[in-house]
Amino acid sequence: MAEKNSLLSDYKQILTVSELTLQVKKHLEKGFEEVWLEGEISNFRSPSSGHCYFTLKDDTSQIRAVIFRFMGRYLKFQPENGLQIICRGRISVYEPRGEYQIILDYMEPKGAGALQIAFEQLKEKLKKEGLFDPAHKKPLPFLPATIGVVTSPTGAVIKDIINVIGRRFPNVALLINPVKVQGEGSSQEIATAIATLNRIPGVDVIILARGGGSLEDLWSFNEEIVARAIYHSTIPVVSAVGHEVDFTIADFAADLRAPTPSAAAELVVRDKKELARLIASLSDRLRNRIVQVIGSEKQQSVYLQKRLPDLRLRLGDLHMRADDLKGRLAPRVHHLLRLRQEMLKGKRVRLLLRNPRLIIEDAFKRLTLSEKGLTNGIRLVFQQFRQRFETYAAALDGLSPLNVLQRGYSITRLLPSYRIVKESRVLSPGDRVNVVLGKGDICCTVEKINE
Amino acid sequence: MAVKKFEESLKRLEDIVAKLEEGDLALEESLKLFEEGIKTSRLCTKQLEEAERKVEILLKGEGETLTAAPFTDEDA
Repeated sequence: MAEKNSLLSDYKQILTVSELTLQVKKHLEKGFEEVWLEGEISNFRSPSSGHCYFTLKDDTSQIRAVIFRFMGRYLKFQPENGLQIICRGRISVYEPRGEYQIILDYMEPKGAGALQIAFEQLKEKLKKEGLFDPAHKKPLPFLPATIGVVTSPTGAVIKDIINVIGRRFPNVALLINPVKVQGEGSSQEIATAIATLNRIPGVDVIILARGGGSLEDLWSFNEEIVARAIYHSTIPVVSAVGHEVDFTIADFAADLRAPTPSAAAELVVRDKKELARLIASLSDRLRNRIVQVIGSEKQQSVYLQKRLPDLRLRLGDLHMRADDLKGRLAPRVHHLLRLRQEMLKGKRVRLLLRNPRLIIEDAFKRLTLSEKGLTNGIRLVFQQFRQRFETYAAALDGLSPLNVLQRGYSITRLLPSYRIVKESRVLSPGDRVNVVLGKGDICCTVEKINE
Repeated sequence: MAVKKFEESLKRLEDIVAKLEEGDLALEESLKLFEEGIKTSRLCTKQLEEAERKVEILLKGEGETLTAAPFTDEDA
């Protein structure tokens, strides 16, 4: 104890932990105000405070490192484990733990540029989120009436765009939303400009353009805020940043990437002359076609007309045929007519004959005749009766011929008919006659005729 | 917007020409289409001339107001 006490007595000053730590801190901070350090990041963590804590190590040693939020904001890349970095900082001591650490104000990835790393990292992240999804890309309007342009109001880019558009389609409206295209705050300005044009009615398409430059110069177009503004734009965005070989995050997010600002103008606006030619050619085709259609219809109708038999000829044929038939028909008709006429005549005659008047007349005639006949008949009957009476009377008289005969007269009768012969000339010699005498008769033969 | 109208008109014109060139249409329908086509082509030509040539630049006014002013390139 005593020895220890004597040892203590050698030292005039006894420090507290805090005092020592403070002295170490002073020494270290003074001795390592600016240190460039190279190492690999491990144990990286970034609590909600926004500061980043990690360990930098090499094969045998390690040192705690911190980068505060307000410095980290300017980092062009996201630190992560395993990344080899080169950084600048100062050494400090964290008194509550007695730990020394390096407080960084700048760091960049070793090997590949920090920007390049940051670019790849952001690209990967946004791709995963779907910001570059082709399905999200909007088609460009066929012919915009108003084109919004987000670019610097000075310089070659805006001039090129105005020239190209003016040349291709003189009467199209351009609305320029001027922005800073590099430097602090430029990405915010660009994002705001895109959003602003989205609120202005009539803007059909947006050209986001910047001339060529280094990766650092173009960096605003690689910022997440710009990519998101493009993604959220309801108006199609055509990006044209830098030269043809430069690809930015904005290009990936845009609906269409143009290799240069002039190319963007050409992509956005069609050539008016070409459009006019297209319309003219369509009109020509329209006219040609209708001429063709009408021509072919005409041809068709001519063809059909030809196929139609000549009606006049046909009519002539029909006339002749009708005549022929008529000629053949007439005699037959006449014949039939005559037959009918005759039949009719006969019937008429028969009808006339059956005329009741005639019948009645006839009947009267016949009646008259009959009456006459009857009268005549009666007269005849009377005559006959009278003749018979006279005959009887004569016969009565004949009785008296006997008396005559008595007186010597005779009656000569020719035999054998006993016809009375009153003249000699009725007799011929040789005839035999009977001669009745007053008493008896004699048969004689005629010897001679005397007249 | 004239834009949409123009594209629609041009599309219609192209459709009409294609339809006519396809053939198989009655004469009457062809003539009807032709008439519409000619009208549409005139409309297209008119619409090409319709838009107004202007180049404006947005200027930030007080607060959030924005005004469009004719753009003149100082360097030009």
